[in-house]
Amino acid sequence: MKLTLEQVRHVADLARLELSASEVETYRHRLSVILEAVEQLAEVDTAGIEASSHVIAGSVHARVDEASSESGTRQTLSNAPQVSGTSFVIPKVIE
Amino acid sequence: MTGLLEAAASLSSAQRTSVELTQASLEAIERDDGAVKSFLRLDPEGAMAAARASDERRVQGRALGPLDGLPLALKDNILTEGLETTAGSKILKGFKPPFDATVTRKLREAGAVIIGKTNLDEFAMGSSTEASAFQKTHNPYDLTRTPGGSSGGSAAAVAAGMVGGALGSDTGGSIRQPASFTNTVGLKPTWGRVSRWGVVAFASSLDQVGTLTRTVADAAVLLEAISGFDANDSTSADLPKPGAQAGLEAGVRGLTIGLPDEYFVAGLDPEIERAVRAAAAQYEALGATVKRISLPHTRHALATYYVIACSEASSNLGRYDGVRYGHRTADPKTLRELYNKSRSEGFGDEVKRRIMLGTFALSAGYYDAYYVKAQRVRTLIKRDFDEAFKTVDVILSPTSPVAPWALGEKLDDPLAMYLADVMTLPTSLAGLPAVSVPAGFTANHLPIGAQVVGPAWGEALILRVARALERETRFFEKGPHRAGV
Amino acid sequence: MPVSDFQVVVGLEVHAQLLTQSKLFSSASTRFGAEPNANTQPLCVAFPGTLPVLNAQVVELAIRTGLALECRVNHRSEWSRKHYFYPDLPKGYQITQFEFPICEWGQLSAGEREIRIRRIHIEEDAGKLVHEGSRSLVDLNRAGTPLLEIVSEPDLRSADEAVEYLKALREVLVAIGVNDGNLEEGSFRCDANVSVMRVGSSELGTRCELKNLNSFRFIKQAIEVETHRQVELIEAGGAVVQETRLFDTQRGETRSMRSKEDAHDYRYFPEPDLPLLVVTEKQIEDVRRTMPELPRARRTRFVDEHKLPQYDAEVLTADLALADLFEATVKAGVAPKKASNWFMGEISRLINETKRPVRELKFTAVQLVALIQAVDAGAISANAAKEVFADMFETGRDAARVIEEKGLGQVNDLGEVEQLIDAALAENPKNVESYRAGKTQLIGFFVGAVMKAMKGKGNPKLINELLVKKLGG
Repeated sequence: MKLTLEQVRHVADLARLELSASEVETYRHRLSVILEAVEQLAEVDTAGIEASSHVIAGSVHARVDEASSESGTRQTLSNAPQVSGTSFVIPKVIE
Repeated sequence: MTGLLEAAASLSSAQRTSVELTQASLEAIERDDGAVKSFLRLDPEGAMAAARASDERRVQGRALGPLDGLPLALKDNILTEGLETTAGSKILKGFKPPFDATVTRKLREAGAVIIGKTNLDEFAMGSSTEASAFQKTHNPYDLTRTPGGSSGGSAAAVAAGMVGGALGSDTGGSIRQPASFTNTVGLKPTWGRVSRWGVVAFASSLDQVGTLTRTVADAAVLLEAISGFDANDSTSADLPKPGAQAGLEAGVRGLTIGLPDEYFVAGLDPEIERAVRAAAAQYEALGATVKRISLPHTRHALATYYVIACSEASSNLGRYDGVRYGHRTADPKTLRELYNKSRSEGFGDEVKRRIMLGTFALSAGYYDAYYVKAQRVRTLIKRDFDEAFKTVDVILSPTSPVAPWALGEKLDDPLAMYLADVMTLPTSLAGLPAVSVPAGFTANHLPIGAQVVGPAWGEALILRVARALERETRFFEKGPHRAGV
Repeated sequence: MPVSDFQVVVGLEVHAQLLTQSKLFSSASTRFGAEPNANTQPLCVAFPGTLPVLNAQVVELAIRTGLALECRVNHRSEWSRKHYFYPDLPKGYQITQFEFPICEWGQLSAGEREIRIRRIHIEEDAGKLVHEGSRSLVDLNRAGTPLLEIVSEPDLRSADEAVEYLKALREVLVAIGVNDGNLEEGSFRCDANVSVMRVGSSELGTRCELKNLNSFRFIKQAIEVETHRQVELIEAGGAVVQETRLFDTQRGETRSMRSKEDAHDYRYFPEPDLPLLVVTEKQIEDVRRTMPELPRARRTRFVDEHKLPQYDAEVLTADLALADLFEATVKAGVAPKKASNWFMGEISRLINETKRPVRELKFTAVQLVALIQAVDAGAISANAAKEVFADMFETGRDAARVIEEKGLGQVNDLGEVEQLIDAALAENPKNVESYRAGKTQLIGFFVGAVMKAMKGKGNPKLINELLVKKLGG
């Protein structure tokens, strides 16, 4: 299927990717090519076939409810771009 | 550099020490990797410390097992505590994991010496290692060509003799295809056989850590060390280890081997077809029955794979946002800027393309037609294999339809690159174990690999079948020209 | 008040934090009061390569809740990823249960009505953002805490009814040990879906979701205010827009949330890192067998078994711990009505005065029983008992010790009492005559005199009995 520029911009926004005007066009073209190839899946008869995503094999592995006793602060902040006290710092979020 | 088992024998017979092996490895890398560029970084201090510890243990009679003291390399999407791990991406440049992946821990516990981290296509998305944000890796058998991908660095390092073995990851063929391009053995275990904890996720329902080695026996040893249930990975199987070494030499007499019609179609390089059919003939001569089978939904595997892999990838890569680790854009004024710029600056083109595709396939209005549909077709693909395994023990096919291409050749055509994976994708979708084993060379000396696929948990069987071919043909003995020459 | 042609329709979504030691998918602690980012494990930070591992206790608590709310517990339920970008959501998605939740179709009584519960599912909580000048701070301690989301059908028909439902739901969750019922601290959160429709119509109106409702008072107020707003809007010829609105507690009005995003496209799909959640019939039965008694059942039992009035039953069961203490007291041998008098009387009084939670009371049921039995046996007077109890409440000391220390014991030595009685009679011959002549109310005078001689330590009942005998003639 051929994507519109608007659709490409919308998807980029959903994915938090910033595309320049020319990138939007390039992506539109490349994604459309791939989507066209993917479209042939519509021809496959899957009536009554369950999606594999619903059949993740294996038994439930559940762990006992025990809390780790060490503080995770050091590990958690080990690669933080910006820290204040023991919190991550980001630009002000307006809610 | 010899294989793992040979090196292990030299250690136990005290002919060599781990320190010597490790130094030799570092020297080989120093000498050859300028041309091959398989390593992103080395850890000489850590490696030498591990080597000394290993020698110490051995002297005291406390050697840990076959891998104790052997230098190995890890693909750079496998976390190593304290040692930068980038997944080949700028968005993780400088990221120092605060913990080891389970497979890393297991190798350390086995006494292995981790020499360094190898190059890959960014986030394991690619078939040539050209999509790495940092460098292109060259095929030791022809430096102008790709070693395949995404585990190109690990495959090249093993092929060039810099290490005896390496770990890679395989989502759609990323171990097997580079193995076939570099005359090495590349094993993708059954999904769930090896823990994914600490492995940078690309497509969760497809990713598996596997092995790159010179020989099948080495693959068996390395597989044994990394397999097993992990409480940190809810999808890891609670099963006994594969134990593939035991029956490795049992041969193929009495086994039935299937050749799928759908893999021998136009588009398959005639030299590759010849080599794989020769392998089939070889198996027959050894007492196996070879028959034709059909995997009717094969032609849908590419589309199915791309929808599912990209969807899961778009989800898994949502965490790279510049907030808690990884690249953060300079001086973001708003949250939007923080996200959009950090991600756009940090991700390469191929990654962005796949994120876009995946986001689209999951988005409102398209989810059923794309993602759900693909998952249904996936079920049909799995059933093809289930059916086939009712009449054959293993399936034999080419690993790649084409021989290693020249670096830069396929970059403009998105589909061409994707088509390189058609032979390996179906087994990934079905979660089955598969190994690529050397099957010969093209007229211009480029390696060709044959793929052996088994039923779920059938690693021992496929390695045994691969070994039978290896024993007869000994293709692994033909090393690359000295890299750099 | 809204015009009476309109009927408000309310559906409620409750997010209840589960009382577990560790988080839903990691072993990070849920302990209160840790410094920011201390209660974290690698998964909480969403480091590359991290994977979720289910907490078994969460499943148990979810089953328990489903059974307590009379739901069907599904043998198979599925985990889903719900995607959006926000700094308190480290993975960029929340693991929840979208298509196939663990429990469905139950009910809960709110007052006279049965309110249907559409579904209960398990999901992760997000972290916290704190705003500070030109920046915001991210604390992931809460990220990954297990939540149960309990969704009612839009069966509620007034703000009061909504509050009743929430109180009843909270009571059940606390009684079964699943949640601590705290609205102010945010461990029990409610969102209300409010719409209006014309009376007599069966077509539901467009609903708005109200958020930021952290007390029952605000919930009632918000629903009423929103109802009013919607009715006015419709009557003025407008149409209600489906949106999320925040309740502004200062202004007492709801307002549209500044659009964080446009309508979220959450891109749900089944979580590939977790197998299906399979729950066996045996597991369900095990939970059913060990289920704590539900509040309504307990109230009924107090009335039927302990023969208490409905009012007493309600007061006693309003607090779980109080009800437990009451039952322990009864079990140790005190008659229910007598025990109830103590609980509704002195005990409640002191609890309310000191605002001490029942679980932190210093005295035990055994000690209380000893005190009550002392009164029955005449060892102390009823008044003295109150003084003794006040001490017990503060110090947790045994009644016997307090009685002795403060000299509150009644003297029951017959010989001593008789002597004093004889003395009193001897000193008041005129009154003795009057009594014997028919002024029997003078008994009070004599009891008083003897008590005075005994410095208040007399056992009035005993004195009375002996006096009657001696005076009776």
